[in-house]
Amino acid sequence: MNNPILEVQGLSTTFHRGGVTLPALRDVSFNVGKGEVLGLVGESGSGKSVTLRSVLGLARRYGEVTGQVRWQGQDLTGLSEREMRHIRGREIAMIFQEPMTSLNPLLTVGRQLTETLKAHTDLNRRARKDRAIEMLDLVGIPAAASRLSDYPHQFSGGMRQRVMIAIALAVGPQLLLADEPTTALDVTIQAQILDLILKLSQDMDMGVILVTHDLGVVAQTCDRVAVMYAGRIVEQGAVRQVLKGPRHPYTVGLMQSVPEGVAPRTQLYSVPGTPPSLAALPQGCAFAPRCAFVSGPCAAQRPELESVGEGRELACFHPVEALDGVASKAGAHPASSPHMTEESAA
Amino acid sequence: MSEVTVNTTSNAPKRMTRARLALAKPGFLLGCAIIGISTLLALFPQVFAPYDPNFIDYLAVRQPPSWAHPFGTDSLGRDAFSRVIHAYSVNMQMAVLATVFALVIGVVVGALVGYYRGIADMIFGRVVDAVITFPFLVLVIAVVAVLGPGLINMYIAITMVGWVYYARLMRAEVIAQMGNDYAAAGLVMGYSDRRIIFRHLLPNAITPVVIYWMTDMALAILLGSSLGYLGLGAQPPQAEWGVLIAEGRNFITTAWWLSLMPGIAIVLTGLGFSLIGDGLADLLRPRG
Repeated sequence: MNNPILEVQGLSTTFHRGGVTLPALRDVSFNVGKGEVLGLVGESGSGKSVTLRSVLGLARRYGEVTGQVRWQGQDLTGLSEREMRHIRGREIAMIFQEPMTSLNPLLTVGRQLTETLKAHTDLNRRARKDRAIEMLDLVGIPAAASRLSDYPHQFSGGMRQRVMIAIALAVGPQLLLADEPTTALDVTIQAQILDLILKLSQDMDMGVILVTHDLGVVAQTCDRVAVMYAGRIVEQGAVRQVLKGPRHPYTVGLMQSVPEGVAPRTQLYSVPGTPPSLAALPQGCAFAPRCAFVSGPCAAQRPELESVGEGRELACFHPVEALDGVASKAGAHPASSPHMTEESAA
Repeated sequence: MSEVTVNTTSNAPKRMTRARLALAKPGFLLGCAIIGISTLLALFPQVFAPYDPNFIDYLAVRQPPSWAHPFGTDSLGRDAFSRVIHAYSVNMQMAVLATVFALVIGVVVGALVGYYRGIADMIFGRVVDAVITFPFLVLVIAVVAVLGPGLINMYIAITMVGWVYYARLMRAEVIAQMGNDYAAAGLVMGYSDRRIIFRHLLPNAITPVVIYWMTDMALAILLGSSLGYLGLGAQPPQAEWGVLIAEGRNFITTAWWLSLMPGIAIVLTGLGFSLIGDGLADLLRPRG
């Protein structure tokens, strides 16, 4: 990636709740290039959604955000709310997990589509309507013109997510933040929506940050992946490399948790333990209490995210070298991960 | 594209079902009928009342109900029926004026504190606690006592206390609505807070407030006539149900109809508003 449109540097977000300090995001850095799809992976509460909201300047309403978010050379963290409104929706758009609630139930789909156009473009009424039809058509809604006057409840979940995508992309943003856009959908619909996002990203040369906890989705759609744990990125790099040779024990654990290539009715692997509470993070590596390779320095000192070559970064004192060795050491199904990587990354 | 064939129906059938649903509710229809007739009486009392409500006839004092005077006459010989009819103007006006300002203020304040939370919301919480722990009537009477009796002051007093209840309801509903992603979607679409609050959240959050409004109009009539009865609201000789009941109170053993008839009018209109409120609660409840 030679020319990043979004450069996030040392982004930290802290929430204060009733005297408790919650470091939801710590020192997160990543780049997104033009037309590039970055996967953001991690368990619930690892900071994926907070990352997206911090990039858009929404997190600062509820917490403290430090660090830099450089959008096409301009630092967004210094912008006023008014200036941010011109970026949101126009240059950076976002779609959500729940297609059932992310549309206003009282307004027709056409109204909601033209509303963003009205807010961000100079198009007149006629042109807005044409554009709305064009967008519904583009996201694969049949008989688009006749559906403008329909309400959200008249669409199925998958169709609503398509409408959401149409609304988000109507103005032609250069970056799409997708917060688990397929989690609430049927598996068959999931693939369609992902294909749609991917296709539109290519057609419009639009960058995408895809938040997901599904490594299969990452393998199918992303160019690069960043694995998050307890508010930090612990490993990032090109999807092909990371999934083929994960080096952080947590990434390895995540990959072994994917139930693929496992004999039917065998017990599924899961990373032992639960993520630490943000209110009481360990002093050293946050993953140490669950890690199979934990040693002295892990508990005392936090490994920094450092480059390990080939555009890969890693935060671990005991990088995993060969996957097979890990799998047996972690006591998981030896067969599961290598299979999955080869198939999906290929 | 497997999900293509889902619902291509337009909006019309849905409206139809809602209208049909309304027709299938006798309570709601009865409420609408009562309030419809009450509104007509309130707007054109002179059409329905056989006499001038303030015409004094010393030759026909405290007569029992007859064909000439269906509700009898009072101690000044005024036609009780005409006075009850004319009172509709005042009492229906109470139902609207004592609630509508409270509704507007409450909806706006509730939506704002629900959306922004923070310090304003904490202060609002204290105000709510203070107002709600106080008996409503006592608080209103205290305000009237300061401002002086009369209808206008009564409206001011009821509004000053009543908006809190609307605001509390609105705040809770806005907070609940913000749990839906469309509010967040508005933000990431770059919409202003004002647009999100008033165009997107408010219409979705207002249903319980409207339903409460119906009940509150019934309460406003009750409260207004209570104050009239106590001499703090409408002032005699104005025909107002509370005033009429107060006037008949001294003759309750001999001319009980003087107090009973305006009482029935209060019960009927109150019932009408309550039935509409119940019906709306059923009709507007989100379905499917």
